[in-house]
Amino acid sequence: MERLKTGDRIECSYAGTRFNGTYITSREGKAVIKLDSGYNIGVGSDTCRFMERPDPVGRPEISTTQNDSLPPLSIISTGGTIASRIDYRTGAVTSQFDADDILRAIPGLSGIARYRTTQLYTILSENMTPAIWQELAAAVYKEIKNGATGVIVTHGTDTMSYSSAAVSFMVDTPVPVIFVGSQRSADRPSSDNTMNALCSATAAVSPLGEVAVVMHASTSDDRCAIHRATRVRKMHTSRRDAFQSIGIAPLGYVDYPSLDIHLSPGAVRRGSREPAISPVLDESCRLLYFYPGMPPSALPETGEVHGLVLAGTGLGHVSTDWIPALKTLVDDGTIIMMTSQCLNGRVCDRVYDTGRDLLKIGVIEGADTLPEVALVKMMWVLGNEKDPEKQRLLFSSSIKGECMRRSLHGL
Amino acid sequence: MDYEKIGLLAGIEIHQQLDTKEKLFCRCPTLLRKTEEHSGEYHRYLRATESEMGEIDDAAREEMKRERKFTYYTYDSTCLVENDEEPPAPLNQEALVLSLTIAKMFGMTPIEQINMMRKLVIDGSNTSGFQRTALIAVNGTLPNGGRIETLCLEEEAAQRVEGEIFSLDRLGIPLVEITTSPCMHTPEEVREMAGYLGMVLRSTGQVKRGLGTIRQDVNISITGGARIEVKGVQELDLVADVVKREALRQQNLIMIRDQLLSRGAFVQPAPFDVTGLFTGTGSSILKKAKIILAVCLIGFSGLVGYEIQPGRRLGTEMSDYAKKCGVGGIFHTDELPAHGITADEVEALHRALGTTEKDCIVLVAATPKQAHCAAMQVIKRAGFALDGVPEETRKMLPEGNTAYMRPLPGAARMYPETDVLPVLVEPSMWDSISLPELLTVRALRFSTELGIDEGLARQIAFSERLPLFERAVMERINPTLAARTILGTLKEIQRDGADISMISDDRFIEVLHAVESGKAAKEAIPELLRMVAKGAGTDEAIEKCAPAISRDQLHAIITKIVDERAAFVQEKGNAALVPLMGVVMAEVRGSSDGKIVSELLRKEIERVCKSR
Ligand SMILES: [Zn+2]
Repeated sequence: MERLKTGDRIECSYAGTRFNGTYITSREGKAVIKLDSGYNIGVGSDTCRFMERPDPVGRPEISTTQNDSLPPLSIISTGGTIASRIDYRTGAVTSQFDADDILRAIPGLSGIARYRTTQLYTILSENMTPAIWQELAAAVYKEIKNGATGVIVTHGTDTMSYSSAAVSFMVDTPVPVIFVGSQRSADRPSSDNTMNALCSATAAVSPLGEVAVVMHASTSDDRCAIHRATRVRKMHTSRRDAFQSIGIAPLGYVDYPSLDIHLSPGAVRRGSREPAISPVLDESCRLLYFYPGMPPSALPETGEVHGLVLAGTGLGHVSTDWIPALKTLVDDGTIIMMTSQCLNGRVCDRVYDTGRDLLKIGVIEGADTLPEVALVKMMWVLGNEKDPEKQRLLFSSSIKGECMRRSLHGL
Repeated sequence: MDYEKIGLLAGIEIHQQLDTKEKLFCRCPTLLRKTEEHSGEYHRYLRATESEMGEIDDAAREEMKRERKFTYYTYDSTCLVENDEEPPAPLNQEALVLSLTIAKMFGMTPIEQINMMRKLVIDGSNTSGFQRTALIAVNGTLPNGGRIETLCLEEEAAQRVEGEIFSLDRLGIPLVEITTSPCMHTPEEVREMAGYLGMVLRSTGQVKRGLGTIRQDVNISITGGARIEVKGVQELDLVADVVKREALRQQNLIMIRDQLLSRGAFVQPAPFDVTGLFTGTGSSILKKAKIILAVCLIGFSGLVGYEIQPGRRLGTEMSDYAKKCGVGGIFHTDELPAHGITADEVEALHRALGTTEKDCIVLVAATPKQAHCAAMQVIKRAGFALDGVPEETRKMLPEGNTAYMRPLPGAARMYPETDVLPVLVEPSMWDSISLPELLTVRALRFSTELGIDEGLARQIAFSERLPLFERAVMERINPTLAARTILGTLKEIQRDGADISMISDDRFIEVLHAVESGKAAKEAIPELLRMVAKGAGTDEAIEKCAPAISRDQLHAIITKIVDERAAFVQEKGNAALVPLMGVVMAEVRGSSDGKIVSELLRKEIERVCKSR
């Protein structure tokens, strides 16, 4: 018998009835068939009889037109899906990356700008690496130099805040660089992709001049928040409004469906910086999340890493037992920065004895920098600055808004 | 009507909510709430996704005609899954086993590996924009020899509060959908089969009861007509009427088509702007409108106003199509002059459009966008009239008429729900499912084994309170007493205003036990239940309203009453029994069994008569 292929027309004899359908795949020993009623069923493959192999259905060329009078935006995709298409014949959902496909899926985009698309990667965001952040930074920089009014980076949401922080440190941008994704898959009619995409395009042509994440501000489809790339964090596994600015208010909002944009006075404005790139990262850095009873042996060996970020408890503490081991590391030249698991608030190691001991042995206070951002910052600082004194200076200052001189109220 | 001659074919699709503890894809209770209790709300837009052909499904496109913003009410009994903010939990096992049980009762064959699908639904009733549904079993049989094609397990949609507001309490309740083949040939047969399907479902004892928990869709066609799906026939009694009226509608539409074809009728493909003709009109609707568009239906005169169902005309069908664009309705010249539009205006209209009295003009008055949309809908529907009956999904109106809802959904609107793993139905699992007794069989058993009247047996078997009855019988309470109290007394006191939901099964059984043991009389049951409904304990109620009277005490009371009326008793003899019964019963206020009273009373009357 002919080996069945996805899309083959078949006849299935089951329960004394003949069903017509399309062969989809083999799963757990069963042939999965899409019946003509639309339902998939899994049955023994011996019930299926090959009928014919239809010619592949060509996609109609519905050309989309781009309006040349609108500002040019670049869309760089890394794997996050802002547009997808369903093949109802086989049930397959495919992500869409080229400009035509995206515009067809989200027609509203064509009224905001004209687009050039680059498909840099197609990976799950948990598979991102610092090396890819560097390539992404280079790609973003190239689009800026080519005169893009703004750059949109589509990204899986899981590690989006790492990538956005990394690009923020590596690239000086005069134009908005907007990271966007979707929390609910783009194939569903309720997906947040459309609104997020329209709001990011709006932010990308706006007077903003920094790297930001644009995602739903609430569970409602009423507005997106614009978050500073170095102050944003995914705070929920699945909700649309998972992304939150920590310790500061968002840089602004884009209302939906009006697409009216409101920028806060603190948002960096378009043209404030000259385009530049310093794309080196020292990957020999680690982030360690402390817990009570965690043995000092969990620390890297001397000489194993160049930098270590600790996510400590409360004001920035680890067990007293750790002090000697940490001292050895620092003395050996390892840069150690303390951040807090609280995420909200500032590290202060001058209040309690443990903290004072940490300072004494040379651990740097990470101020109110988020632990993950501190890690990315450390990679960037160690990669681009070799002078220890200047490194210290960079660590204690805010490079791209990652730490603030004063703490604002509230959570 | 000879339904065989017109080739009536009908099938049923039944949707029945399952009474499981939790919802199909989350662990929320399957609890309906009052909308005032909602804990919050949010807003969403739904967008049809692009399908393989670069096209949106027809039914979906229809829904997209209006830009719609949906509001959803949340409750403390709903969660992020209903909000489409969290992936679904694994398929509810209780619901799966129950749906397989139902499939087995219909003699169906289960699907070896169940694959959950997403079915596109963008009318707002599903927050995700799709309904999760899976084919569970195929090929069952009906008593009329017809076939049950499929049984699906799916999630219930959210219910509409009003307008575009939906309530999330119902979303996700498990639902079985049972589809028969078009195997029924008369309206009565459809009603009978619908009744049978419902009976089998209720036999499980695990389906929800009450209004809205079971919905019937009926597919109807006649020779030369088209397949029509009528949605949401809630009452079984209306099923036959719906079928009758739909058959009538299709016959009339076929007749209209034949007339139109013989007249050489056709539809002008675009509307005309006639706003200028009505500047001085007396019609308030036309005066208010930003624009008035006219659709010319050449050769349609008289047929647009022709009645196709009691009170509904071809024009009504056109109006239903137009309303999809948000307009309130249409005017057509078959019904004019009327509604403030004069004969002169109609004449001017014909003159301006170059039409005559043989033609029908349809007017739509609204904003430019709405009016254009509505006019194109009228043109579409008028075009269908030249072909006869368009395939449609229709909704039921009171009394069994139907109105256009949307085009029939195409098959191409499903794709796999990848967040839910496929489920294998192992043969051992299928074999281990035991079948519940059918309610019809149970009714028969009640009447033969328990010796209760056949009608009463059937009533109690089909009643929602069947479990209470079975418990009473288990506890050795007289079956007839239990059945009559459940079916009769409870209803009576409810009619009189008692809140019978306050009577727990335990209290109810206690009251019957009290009667069986002689602590209270049968006659006291209504009063006892009334007091229990108000919150009294069983003993407290007996104490207050019907303190038990010993046989000796009763005897004394009766002796006294008869002696006081000795003359009357001697004169009437046994005929005194009935009037004296009343006197005694009033005295003992239902604390005594009537049978015992009458027995004692008879003896006393005899005694007094003899003593003369
Ligand atoms: Zn839930």
